[in-house]
Amino acid sequence: MTTELGMPSVLSGLVGVPHLTADDPKQTRKNFTSDAEVRWCPGCGDYAILAAVQGFLPELGIRRENVVCVSGIGCSSRFPYYLDTYGLHSIHGRAPAIATGLVTARPDLNVWVITGDGDALSIGGNHLIHALRRNVNLTILLFNNRIYGLTKGQYSPTSEPGKITKSTPVGSVDTPFNPVSLALGAEATFVARTLDSDRKHLTSVLKQAVEHRGSALVEIYQNCPIFNDGAFDVLKDRDEAQARLIRLEHGEPIRFGVDGSQGVVRAADGTLEVADIDAAGLPNVLVHDAGNPNPATQFALSRLDDPTLSHVPLGVFRKVARPAYDDLVRAQVTGAVEANNGPATDDDLAALLAGKDTWTVTG
Amino acid sequence: MDDTAVVPAPSRVEQIDSVVIRFAGDSGDGMQLTGDRFTAETASLGNDLATLPNFPAEIRAPQGTLPGVSSFQLHFADHDVLTPGDAPDVLVAMNPAALKANLSDLPRGKTIIVNTDEFTKRNLTKVGYTASPVEDGSLESWQVQPVPLTSLTVEALKEFGLSRKDSERSKNMFALGLLCWLYNRPTEGTERFLKTKFGRKPEILAANLAAFKAGWAFGETTEGFAVSYEIAPAPAPAGTYRNVTGNTALAYGLVAAGHRSGLPVVLGSYPITPASDILHALSGMKKFGVTTIQAEDEISAIGAALGASYGGAIGVTTTSGPGLALKSETIGLAVSLELPLVIVDVQRGGPSTGLPTKTEQSDLLQAMYGRNGESPVPVISPRSPADCFDAAIEAVRVAITYRTPVLLLSDGYLANGSEPWQLPSVASLPDLHVDFAPEPEPGAPAFRPYDRDPATLARPWAPPGTAGLEHRIGGIEKADGTGEISYDPDNHDKMVRLRQAKIDGIDVPDLAVDDPHGDADVLVIGWGSTFGPIAAGARDARKAGIHVATAHLRHLNPFPANTGDVLKRYRRVLIPEMNLGQLSLLLRGKYLVDARGYNQVRGLPFSSAEISAAITSLATQIEEGY
Repeated sequence: MTTELGMPSVLSGLVGVPHLTADDPKQTRKNFTSDAEVRWCPGCGDYAILAAVQGFLPELGIRRENVVCVSGIGCSSRFPYYLDTYGLHSIHGRAPAIATGLVTARPDLNVWVITGDGDALSIGGNHLIHALRRNVNLTILLFNNRIYGLTKGQYSPTSEPGKITKSTPVGSVDTPFNPVSLALGAEATFVARTLDSDRKHLTSVLKQAVEHRGSALVEIYQNCPIFNDGAFDVLKDRDEAQARLIRLEHGEPIRFGVDGSQGVVRAADGTLEVADIDAAGLPNVLVHDAGNPNPATQFALSRLDDPTLSHVPLGVFRKVARPAYDDLVRAQVTGAVEANNGPATDDDLAALLAGKDTWTVTG
Repeated sequence: MDDTAVVPAPSRVEQIDSVVIRFAGDSGDGMQLTGDRFTAETASLGNDLATLPNFPAEIRAPQGTLPGVSSFQLHFADHDVLTPGDAPDVLVAMNPAALKANLSDLPRGKTIIVNTDEFTKRNLTKVGYTASPVEDGSLESWQVQPVPLTSLTVEALKEFGLSRKDSERSKNMFALGLLCWLYNRPTEGTERFLKTKFGRKPEILAANLAAFKAGWAFGETTEGFAVSYEIAPAPAPAGTYRNVTGNTALAYGLVAAGHRSGLPVVLGSYPITPASDILHALSGMKKFGVTTIQAEDEISAIGAALGASYGGAIGVTTTSGPGLALKSETIGLAVSLELPLVIVDVQRGGPSTGLPTKTEQSDLLQAMYGRNGESPVPVISPRSPADCFDAAIEAVRVAITYRTPVLLLSDGYLANGSEPWQLPSVASLPDLHVDFAPEPEPGAPAFRPYDRDPATLARPWAPPGTAGLEHRIGGIEKADGTGEISYDPDNHDKMVRLRQAKIDGIDVPDLAVDDPHGDADVLVIGWGSTFGPIAAGARDARKAGIHVATAHLRHLNPFPANTGDVLKRYRRVLIPEMNLGQLSLLLRGKYLVDARGYNQVRGLPFSSAEISAAITSLATQIEEGY
């Protein structure tokens, strides 16, 4: 038996969160910077992400006390200590679960989950996919450095096959996860990828992620200078990047390479492949549709990437509207309270306790 | 009965003071429903009662086999009932498997009502009978009432145009009707119940009503049942009563605690036997502001509850032993964060999957110590099904007052067992109002999330959303007061001791001792659902002239302050537990008392006779100078 849930519309991810008024002093990056000394290694990609987030949060115009950053365990999960908002540094892999309870209980909060490739995809893989399928109103930043950093250099679920690490002295035999493919497979409603070193792109993706209502997963390729230095160097070198980075823009043909000479086209077997536009013809180049409810083509785009980073789509893969879990849960509760003509009274509770079958003993 | 064909007032009515009935049949025979209905009628008559449902973990084990036998035992009396009864006076056996599985519990001379229709060669063979025990004389030590229940039901329903199979389904109602006649139970409640349950299926409703009435009429008109019995109401304090199971009472307690605190209740739960009924009940309480999240696993369930607590709600998670094991790390986080959280463990037989539908008390040490680090957690345990209501409220009180996770240890027997419950007035329930940390005045010093209330040692509860209280906390050790990350050796030592001192300082009522003679040598002390059997066993021992004292621990961490004094007052201390001595270990370790365990792990509650025998044996040893 099913029932019509009757939830409306596309809301902003920030609906319900109190905003600053004209009388409030303007917020700056400084307001969002805590006193805690930042303890990442020199050169860590996390610095750039922190700076971008601290710089971007004031632009949202929401009250700082209504921002909460929940993290798990790992280098990335120290993130909340450095933001002067509410912050919860929890346990390994469980941040999406804790954040689910928090945001369901509190529609007035803007909740972020900060996680890494080990935290989100290994020990916390189950919580991540279920948060995504439920579409809980969370912005999830997945810092992917393809290594375990805080435990000093073991291979992670995104490490490339054959990788030599402390725990794989003769090479990793694991097949890695592609986080974007995984999120699309879980039917996440917002999936994007960006780079720690590209502040402008990172900020633009974050903005869209926060405004999305539901789970927004943002994979951020992030360099670990100590245990996996240069993992994404090919995407940062000007010439290499041009040949590898595919910047996705909704509604635009997917072109990249020198002068946009390369494009993504439909292969004979229905999958996607990269082709010379001159040969393939511009009309045959795929136009990116992040809004397609069917994630099949978005998934195919994610498969252009491989562990060697030969072609890396960057940007918003998917952005579709679906009611958020926490909105639906709250609607059922508020609906029941309204049907009761307001919050339960002592009499309501007494009636519940008594049930339908009582008897009386007279003294 | 509104059927004029059925005339009340049977020829002879005998007064008795108590009876134990066990309904037993195949798991598809509806024995739990039959037991529930008989219980409801009995409760409304004002008898005191206790019930013990006992069913397999499989939803439908192979039909007619021993593993598929499901039973429901009910003890009711004209006096205070403490246990579901040691042994049945009447066994209703719906098939050969039910007879075989239960006969050894039935003392000779007692009554067996047996559904002879199911004693076919095939069914007998399934359970290893070579001949029908009803006919071969092997039951001659019992009073056997052979009743062709199935065919009588089919006959009674022949006008309804149902298939034979559908007609046969109503045989439990026939049995219920017969038993209601035999013990002069009222029938209106069951008729009302059936009308509600099958209101949309008039033909099924009519069939069940007809079967129920036919069972009643059969008792009245059949010579074999010349006598019926009456059990007078039990004296009870004036008030309004209902019958309630432990899981229902526990769910209501959580709702009541939310109501009395003014905070929303958020349950994170993952289905697990025998705790799922609490999730089911709470998912229907939305109008009381209760949110339920059925999570993807046990860890996520407690994570969601803790997240809700962080946000200022009463976070609750419900589970059983295997789930508690999975939640350990998050309970540790809650200990470190010092946030309120209620973890309900409805204990079942272990280890591992163990006995999912059977009761046990073997999670006490897991509740106490099943976490890394020094991680003290208050532990509270209800003593009876109705007491689950008060215990749940107490668990919430401790959690929100002291900002700590609290373990509430119920068990499978309490969860599914039922008893009459005198309804409390809502106004008499504890006031659980709690204050969040207030917004600071402009210019106030920085917020210190780990400053403590000097009386309770609780830290401020400061959910997000209050300007000026922005702070970061986590599972890493925190500096005393400021809550900032600290790896300082002396600070860690201090914080470990502070967290322990907070739990040790929880206000817990003194341990009360029941020692009617005032000179007992033996103290029997227990916790949780052994309360009933211990009280009943001590009552029996006292009737036999033995002076024995009893005490019951509702709070297992911290123990009541006078526990050590009480224990040292007696020459012998006996601790019956449905485990291998977990409370014994705690009491021996903490109070250096030579407590003796009396331990069983059979998936069933103790009988009062077992407890009474253990008391007698210990008292005799003392007399003999041991």
